[in-house]
Formats: sequence, structure tokens, C-alpha cells
Amino acid sequence: MSPLPLPSWILALLLLSPMGVGAAEQVFLEPGRFLRQAFDGDPPPPKVLWLTGERRKQVSRILGHPPPKLRVRYWLRGQRSAWILEEIGKERPITVGIVIEDDRVVEVRVLVYRESRGHEVRHPFFTRQFEGARLKQGDKLDRRIDGISGATLSVRALKRLVRLALWLHREVSR
Amino acid sequence: MKPRLRSLVTALALLPLTALANGEEKRLERLEAQNRELNERLEALASMLEEEAGSPMHHSGGVIVGGYGSMKYTNLESGKKLDFHRFVLYFGKRISERVRFESELELEHAMAGASYSGAVELEQAYLAFDLDADTTLYTGLFLIPAGIVNETHEPTTFYSVYRPKVEKYIIPTTWWEGGAMLNRRLSGGWSVDVAVHSGLETSAGSDYKIRSGRQRVSSALADSLATTGRLKWTGMPGVELAATVLRQGDITQGQDPQAGGATLWSAHAILQRGPFGVRALIAEWRLDGDGPKAVGADRQRGWYVEPALRPWEKWGFFVRYETWNNKAGDNGGEDTRQGNIGVNFWPHPDVVFKAEYQKQSGSDDDGVLLGMGYRL
Repeated sequence: MSPLPLPSWILALLLLSPMGVGAAEQVFLEPGRFLRQAFDGDPPPPKVLWLTGERRKQVSRILGHPPPKLRVRYWLRGQRSAWILEEIGKERPITVGIVIEDDRVVEVRVLVYRESRGHEVRHPFFTRQFEGARLKQGDKLDRRIDGISGATLSVRALKRLVRLALWLHREVSR
Repeated sequence: MKPRLRSLVTALALLPLTALANGEEKRLERLEAQNRELNERLEALASMLEEEAGSPMHHSGGVIVGGYGSMKYTNLESGKKLDFHRFVLYFGKRISERVRFESELELEHAMAGASYSGAVELEQAYLAFDLDADTTLYTGLFLIPAGIVNETHEPTTFYSVYRPKVEKYIIPTTWWEGGAMLNRRLSGGWSVDVAVHSGLETSAGSDYKIRSGRQRVSSALADSLATTGRLKWTGMPGVELAATVLRQGDITQGQDPQAGGATLWSAHAILQRGPFGVRALIAEWRLDGDGPKAVGADRQRGWYVEPALRPWEKWGFFVRYETWNNKAGDNGGEDTRQGNIGVNFWPHPDVVFKAEYQKQSGSDDDGVLLGMGYRL
């Protein structure tokens, strides 16, 4: 029997490595910390907005599907609101924190990422593109967001959530 | 009437009213309590429903079904054809929190059988293990991490009716192999893939053409495995830079003593800024041995560049120039050159219609192409 060539040994090592599988979910920022950062260390108490009736229809239109939740929790002080929303890119929900002030995006942060592809959306170089964005006619974003190759579905999920946060902010601040 | 008597009479007169007020107060208290209880029940019900709808197990519990497909009409000097080229079904399932299964089953050219040109192909079927938040191990049948469209090839993701010829004849997409691949995502937008997998089996009969060497993991000869490495950078929005190197000890799986090892290297760039975009790729194979050298197949290479403009979300325009040669060695022949100019229309992000004009050197494959594609 001839000795196994190097690629075979590497293959064997790779096949044995799942023995130590770890966590798939990645928490980049705890929601509580996100809220403290959004309100200078002193977040207001949460409020609840029910997604029923006409509001549910509008939310479904923005997301492209009915929302999985009946209520959305939000934090509002003056004209600044913070939202912690979830949306599935391909398979699993991405948790995103969004701060809105005066109908404009102040900050977008990926708090928890669970998808198998598209992790690049968590980086500030991507989320910074949303800063200052607002809704234009048809509840679309007023600017083009450059995508990330291979992360199309996660990029689209984040764009939907930012549009939704802007729309919800308008609902609670009028 | 004496004052004491008057007070008594007044008190007696007000007694029913006081009793009425007390009764109303109690009724209001009861209603408030009921309202509180109803609210609590409603909150509990909503929480339960949301928990069920939003729990990871709900999303991962079932089999996920998806897919993509494309139909193409070609009106070339060589002839006219209408072809439902690809019908692909995706099945995936998250087996546990850290283990998932993904697969793609494809029917090509609508019909498969002895008298048809179509085929049923298993393009992907692998288990992916998340070793930690930034490391994934793939085992099974997976796509080789080389080029632009080999891994991301849904028709909505690229211009032109057909994939670039360089990626078809040099990479050669769609290219899958069986084995194991480790993917590590690093900071700053870098990622690394290392794979050990089944290899190609080219032959003198096909002039050692790379594309004809794909064994498709169908009782594939495994005398000579291949090793692939890719470094990728996606550290800016709209930018992807990547390079791949693949080495196989014997490109004919020991079937041809006149041939030997082979090395592929490829590099590509994707740049998208606002409405402007450009894709560029270069790839080259070097084949060892006198057999490939004798027919000029010891070098097989190609490159393309594709500037594009997407002034509106639903419309995009592109031009592409590409050149490739599967006999680019000293004893080989001339490069084939091809130019394409066309338009994509996306009525929905997951649906595309395409139209283009194509001109190719040294062939009668000049003409108009139309296509439709979708992703589920």
C-alpha cells in the first residue's frame, strides 16, 4: 500500500475537525448597550406599537411579507427613536438596531448575525451608507446603497429594516 | 324644622344616591380589573405567538426550498434556438444550531434522456459545520471557490444571457467537486478558503481541455486529489477582490503517462460605485507533461472585462470583451475573442429579462440573444 499523499492527510484532518463545533450566532452589540449608546446612557422606557389593521398592511408592503410580530417595541424621546428589529436574509433572522431622528437615519448597527453567508453587512463600512437616509416617495430610501458581492440577501434584509424603521418613526412621532 | 331633623332628612334623601355612586365606583373598579386582565391575557397571547413565529427553531425546523432558472432564445448565424437552460431546485435544512445541509439539484435543457441533450445534475450537496462564529467547514459536494460566477451564478446576479465564456472554458463553471473545505472569515473584510477535493480527469482525446475533464463526482477517479486556496477581500461596499490557486498532482488521474500535474490561478475584481460597475477576471492553467505541450494545451487561459451602468434600479446596461484559448501554448492556436453589448431589466430584484448582441471571432456565433431568469 502506497503512503497517502498530502492532500489526503489534509482532507482527513478537515473531516475530523467538526468534533469541536462552536457557536453559529454572533452577538456584536448587546441590545441594552445599543440603547444606552443611542440615548447618551439614559434610554427612555420602552413603548409598544401594535402592528394591526392598516399599519400591518403598510409594514407588510415594506417588508414584502407579513411581519412575524404583532407588536414592535421602541424607545422615543423627543424626535429621536430607537428600534430593534429582525429580518431574515436567507434563512435566519438578523437583529438590527436603528436610531432615527427627525425622519433621518442616525445609526444602523447589526446587533446579532445568524445567517450562514453575508456576514460583511455587520461592518461599519457597509452600515455607514445608511446614515442620513430618509424615505422618499413610495417609502423607498432616498439614496443608493452599494451592495456586497455574495451578501445580496443580507443587504436586502437590512435595506428593508431601515425603510421600516423610518416608516415606524413617522408613525409614532406624528 | 329643627337643624338636627333637617340633617337627618337630607341624609335619608341622599342615601340612595350615595349607594348608587358606590355601586358605580365598584362597577368601574370591576371593569378596570377586567380590562387589566384582558390586556395581560392579550400581551401573553401576543408574546406566545411571537415567540413561536420568531424562534430560531421555527426558522430552522423545516426544509427550506428555493431555486433559480433561466430560459434563453438565441438567434445566431449558426442557427436559432429556444432552450429552458436551467431549472434548479434548492433544498436546505438546519439540522442543529451549528450544522446545516444545503443542496442544489438541476435539470438542464428541460429534458434528460438518451435522445435529449439535457441532464439531471447534483450541483451541490454538503454539510456545513459552524466551528465557531467565523469558521465553517463544508464536507460533501460543493462549488470550487474560483472565479466570479461559479459560486454566485443565479441569472439575476450577472449581465448577459450566458455566463462569460472565460469562466465556462477556463475556470470551468459550473464546477463542483467532492471533499472538504474550510472557510475562515477574518477581520477587515478578508476571508480564506482551503479545500481538498476530487480532481479533474482530462485526456489526450479531448486535447486536455479543462472543461471536458470535469468528473462531476459521478464515480469519479480519485487517484489524484486537488488542493485549492482562495483569498478574498470584501472590505468596502461594492468591492470584491479575490485570487485562487489550485494544484492537482495528475490532471489525468494516472490515465496518461504523457501528462502530469496542473495548476490553476485566477484573480478577479468586482467594483460597484453608485450606478457604475466593472467586473474583470483573469485565469490561467499550466499543465505539465509532453502530451499537453504537444497540442499546445500546456497553457489554457483567458480574461474579460465588463463595464456596466445601472442608472435606475430596474435597468442596467453592459459591454463585455473577453478572450480565451484552450491551446495557448507554443504549439497552440489563436485566441477566441468575443464582444457582448446588452441590457438587463429587473421588474423585481428576483426576476430578470436580458437582451444582447454578441460577436465572436472565427465563428458563426454572432447574433442576438434574449433571456429570462428568476430566483426563488
